[in-house]
Amino acid sequence: MTGPAAAPASSEWTEGAATIVDPTGLHARPAVKLTKLAKTFAAAVEVRAESDERWTNAKSPNSVMKMKAAHGSALHIRAAGEDAEAAVAALVALVEANFDA
Amino acid sequence: MPEAAAVATRKTTLTGTPVCGGIAIGPLHILREAAVAPRTASAAPQEEVAAFRAALSAATAALEETLAAEDQLAGDILEFQAALLDDPDLVDPIAATIAAGTAADAAWSAAMDAEIADYRAGGDPVLTARADDLADLKRRVLLALSGERAAESAVPAGAIVLAAELTPSAFLALDPARLGGIATLGGSPTSHVSILAKARGVALVVGLRTALDASWEGAPAILDAAAGTLLTHPAPDALRAAEARRVTGAAARDAADAHAAEPAVTADGIPVKVMVNIDDPAILDMLDPAICDGVGLTRTEFLFQHGAPDEAAQLAFYTRLIAWADGRPVTIRTLDAGGDKPIPGVTFDGEANPFLGVRGVRLSLGRPDLLRTQLRALARAAATAPVPLKVMVPMVTVPDELERVRDLLAEELAGLAAAGIPAAAPVLGTMIEVPAAALTAETFDAGFYSIGSNDLVQYATASARDNPAVAPLADPTNPAVLELIARTVAAGTQRGVEVSLCGDMASSPALAQALLEAGLRAFSVAPAEVGAVKQAIRAATATGGE
Repeated sequence: MTGPAAAPASSEWTEGAATIVDPTGLHARPAVKLTKLAKTFAAAVEVRAESDERWTNAKSPNSVMKMKAAHGSALHIRAAGEDAEAAVAALVALVEANFDA
Repeated sequence: MPEAAAVATRKTTLTGTPVCGGIAIGPLHILREAAVAPRTASAAPQEEVAAFRAALSAATAALEETLAAEDQLAGDILEFQAALLDDPDLVDPIAATIAAGTAADAAWSAAMDAEIADYRAGGDPVLTARADDLADLKRRVLLALSGERAAESAVPAGAIVLAAELTPSAFLALDPARLGGIATLGGSPTSHVSILAKARGVALVVGLRTALDASWEGAPAILDAAAGTLLTHPAPDALRAAEARRVTGAAARDAADAHAAEPAVTADGIPVKVMVNIDDPAILDMLDPAICDGVGLTRTEFLFQHGAPDEAAQLAFYTRLIAWADGRPVTIRTLDAGGDKPIPGVTFDGEANPFLGVRGVRLSLGRPDLLRTQLRALARAAATAPVPLKVMVPMVTVPDELERVRDLLAEELAGLAAAGIPAAAPVLGTMIEVPAAALTAETFDAGFYSIGSNDLVQYATASARDNPAVAPLADPTNPAVLELIARTVAAGTQRGVEVSLCGDMASSPALAQALLEAGLRAFSVAPAEVGAVKQAIRAATATGGE
């Protein structure tokens, strides 16, 4: 299944956040690591840069790359679905570990 | 016909410009940019979608095959490309367009062209660099759609690639682990491909004066990237001698690279700074700042290659560079256009003698609009730097030129302060590349000196750096050159400011001893040469063995 998941109601989202510590921000390598990890979960996973209003599909490397999330800013993460809590925890850990996981 | 005579007629020595690397021995492989063959779209949209999906799979498989043999540096780029092919948000709308009746190649090209334009819009250097990856990816899938494999998959192991021109993406598509070396007819030592080759230690010679001879395909050859020569059909004794030199050189390099991250201290215990030259933003993705003591030279000409960049685009790159350096000192050079670095719309055409003409700071002072924008971006970037940002001015001949830049900087700082925009005064330094400046260095109110040895050698020996006929005269070990360097170091010592050398001399391990004896204690080198230069410094004595 590759299509975008139907947007769950707002009450169904599990949320988390972590600060991007990579000095160059969320560039290609972190973007790929983040989307690869997000894809291992069945839940819909979305991310949002501190300065953005809109959420971005965390399973789309192209969209994540274009967010231009900056160094030192918070990355908000939310997920909805069966393994949503595990997905948020895993992505938060990845960002906190500076994408070295 | 005797065999010896036949060999003699086939043997050819070609001469070009050396860029980096040592000896490579292998069969020649002529690389031609494969044209994407036209394909006939299936009449049934569902068959087109299937062809599209199959092309994505084929391109992914080809990428993963290349990825398996890649090092970390290019691996990140290839992995990003592979991830895009597996991006539902990107791919599914294209498949939907194809299902609605558009030919697969047309739908893919249109969507990718829009993405590429999107990445380039706004001038963000990180996204602009990724736009080139998208353009490369577009081509990979089009090749797969037309049933072709990219030309690079056919490069034989250990081959010396010979090409008329080589684009950066074509370079990155080559697997350096399987590659002997590269020789190109076009190209220049300052091109992006040269920069990538230096960063990754690929033997490269550019500007070979020849036409491509199809009969060379597969012929044995010796590439001497240090001398800038390519010898085809070498005699057995030449081959044996080259192989011995190659083995010795490779062993020495491996030994040096193993210690690249350790500090450089001379055999007699004097610590020496080894910084890196940054020629291109792509280097930042490839290089670990831990191997160096900072950035001794940042060339900003690449920012101007598509016209003059705005302040925001410059600021974005400068702040990214400072963040990358992670607390280490950073030196950025103001625009050094002119001479052998023409920039359309910026430099003057038709100068009778461009190396002695309006270049470097002379050009910047003649285009204060460009200089003011750059100084503003530098001052704003300086506010983000954990240690004072250093800005160096190229081609300075008399102190007044530095003072005029300082005045413009002061005006821009005042303007930024009035507008409430965070900014800080960078340390303003002088490049020493004109003999007049070297001999009067102590009269400059410079925060540091950075010796540009390429031009200093050229001007001291009156030998144009782009003219092979006078190359033997352009000798960096000419005593006059070493004396000019020593005089500059003495001026720095007297005034209590740092003197570093950022030209090719610093990147040459063979010159480390001579530079140390001239008093130099700070080198700025091409990234791939850090290990070798540090090794040479460790083997040398700062006092010349006294």
